[in-house]
Amino acid sequence: MSTVATGPAAGLPRWAVLGLLPVLNLLAAFAVSGLIVVLIGENPWEAVRILVWGAFGFQEAIGYTLFYATNFIFTGLAVAVAFHCGLFNIGGEGQAYIGGLGMALVCLYLDFLPFGLIVPAAVVGAALFGAAWAFVPAWLQAYRGSHIVITTIMFNFIAAAVMVYLLVNVMSRPGSMEPESRDFAAHARLPLMHDALGALGIDIAASPLNLSFLWALVCCAGVWVFIWHTRAGYRLRTAGTSPPAALYGGISPSRQIIVAMLVSGALAGCMSLNELMGVQHRLVLEFTAGYGFAGIAVALMGRGHPAGIVLASILFGALYQGGAELSFEIPRITRDMVVAIQGLVILFAGALEFMFVPAVRAALLRRGGG
Amino acid sequence: MEFLTVLVLVLDSTLRLSAPLILAALAGLFSERSGIIDIGLEGKMLGAAFAAATVAAFTGSPWAGLAAGIGASVLLALIHGYACITHRGNQVVSGLALNILVSGVTAVLGIAWFAQGGRTPQLPGEARFLPLEWPGAAALREVPALGTVYSELLSGHNLVVYLAFLAVPAVAWVLYRTRFGLRLRAAGENPQSVDTAGISVVALRYRALLCTGVACGVAGTYLSLAQSAGFINDMTAGKGYIALAALIFGKWRPLPAMLACLLFGFLDAVAIRLQGVDLPAIGEVPVQFVQALPYVLTVVLLAGFIGRAVPPKALGVPYVKER
Repeated sequence: MSTVATGPAAGLPRWAVLGLLPVLNLLAAFAVSGLIVVLIGENPWEAVRILVWGAFGFQEAIGYTLFYATNFIFTGLAVAVAFHCGLFNIGGEGQAYIGGLGMALVCLYLDFLPFGLIVPAAVVGAALFGAAWAFVPAWLQAYRGSHIVITTIMFNFIAAAVMVYLLVNVMSRPGSMEPESRDFAAHARLPLMHDALGALGIDIAASPLNLSFLWALVCCAGVWVFIWHTRAGYRLRTAGTSPPAALYGGISPSRQIIVAMLVSGALAGCMSLNELMGVQHRLVLEFTAGYGFAGIAVALMGRGHPAGIVLASILFGALYQGGAELSFEIPRITRDMVVAIQGLVILFAGALEFMFVPAVRAALLRRGGG
Repeated sequence: MEFLTVLVLVLDSTLRLSAPLILAALAGLFSERSGIIDIGLEGKMLGAAFAAATVAAFTGSPWAGLAAGIGASVLLALIHGYACITHRGNQVVSGLALNILVSGVTAVLGIAWFAQGGRTPQLPGEARFLPLEWPGAAALREVPALGTVYSELLSGHNLVVYLAFLAVPAVAWVLYRTRFGLRLRAAGENPQSVDTAGISVVALRYRALLCTGVACGVAGTYLSLAQSAGFINDMTAGKGYIALAALIFGKWRPLPAMLACLLFGFLDAVAIRLQGVDLPAIGEVPVQFVQALPYVLTVVLLAGFIGRAVPPKALGVPYVKER
């Protein structure tokens, strides 16, 4: 994503670009969210108090917050990897959806495998299908010049249609009209964190947090190594920063587009591990629930860096979990409020990223001069 | 005769279903031909639908509703402009942000204000845009063929449907025959040339977004005041994206975009019609397949397999005036 010294923020110190600006943008987004709360006649300070308490106030809440954060880490990483190659992958939603199909196929039809084999197989299934769904838009961008933003939007809708068709007509539970698959076998599920830690003698409160959280952290480390510490990552960033320079250096930008999107799609696909293999234990309609789009906000907030993405994911996870508590305490503030806040964060941290640059620059100059 | 009746009915709902698509596609055309990517058509329509239904519910007047719908949509377009033109932010990010924001805000406000699970109150007939009966439609209904076409297909739509189809030549005229249209197209292809001629690219693009806002506002109002009797949560259901696809399918030109909207509207009408119907020799066609066709067709077009869709050259590039 943006390096520190280019664009409208050029010349600002590193701490201002990486620390101050995101905080200011976030505060602006929260201020407008507060206005919405006022508009429906509730007290915004009270809402904030319940939200923070609901997200971090007790052990179970923290478990839920981290559970939601796991989804955001996967989709955020997916968007970030594509960003580093100069691509805007807004198809995370569809890739996660189809990734869920790959994972479910493994869990439903390869369940003769023992637990030790079915988990890695499910991970491969999710990643493979997610990557495959990203491949077509990538190939079209690389070799036919179709704009990846448009093609990935179209692929989100195509994925939705495919999944409805499969769940209604092909994979539905025998003898049921519900658009969902049968339950995964007991050994084709990811252990919950409190069970896993309980087996080790550590006692924590029950929550849907499961082992895919650890896989998300492994993916973070993997992305960090891949992007900044491998030749492949260097090629990818070069092609993203300057395709002509890449060509001159013997790197094919088209090839890099394919690589970036395959990795991106695979990461998005892994989101289904947390949601389906961890908690729902079956394939359901629309389990992606906007996480793919939210990944864009996460990647923007996290500045495309895995560490930032983890922080941003916890922030969004807290919003989700705190928002659920909030709608429980104050029913007039529904969980849709979280969607609105998400939109505002994308607006201020993404599109209006540099809105505060002139003000910050002036403030720094004044301090430096006086 | 049976076949003709079915055909007329399908074409009739095609007109109804494509009218909002046409308005939204024309809205997108203004923005995109001036060089601003607009994936926020969906959000603007949704915001307009909500504002229109809310105001119509309180005032009882569809015209006040229309004004509110246009107002909401224009406001969103101006926010898009403030982010993309003034602050040169990422246009895709901005459009996406507004879509997500609106889907959240309309649900929150709808539930808090009306307490009907996100719906606005059911609107009475006088607060809506009702079908207009053409003169003699009732009398001619019994005439075979021509009478059916006249009374079912042409007559009996509401004002906005006719407006949508009239808007197409009007927009084409503005785009190709007026000074504003020429400058608009120039701003989308080569903004430097516009600037060199002493015309402000910034002002021009803001004006283009105003047009986008107005057209999207009418499209959204149509959904909640004409097609339905009130606002339903997330009622655009991807129509904004379909309209965007139609705009691209029509290669960013008014008339082909309208034809694409008609095609997509027709597919939609057929999908509704085919639900649970067994066709001879084919069997039941999955509705999802027909629903996904517009997106598949657009991807195939973008891939360059059926003609070439070349976007405006400066699309998505913020204009930086040289100093």
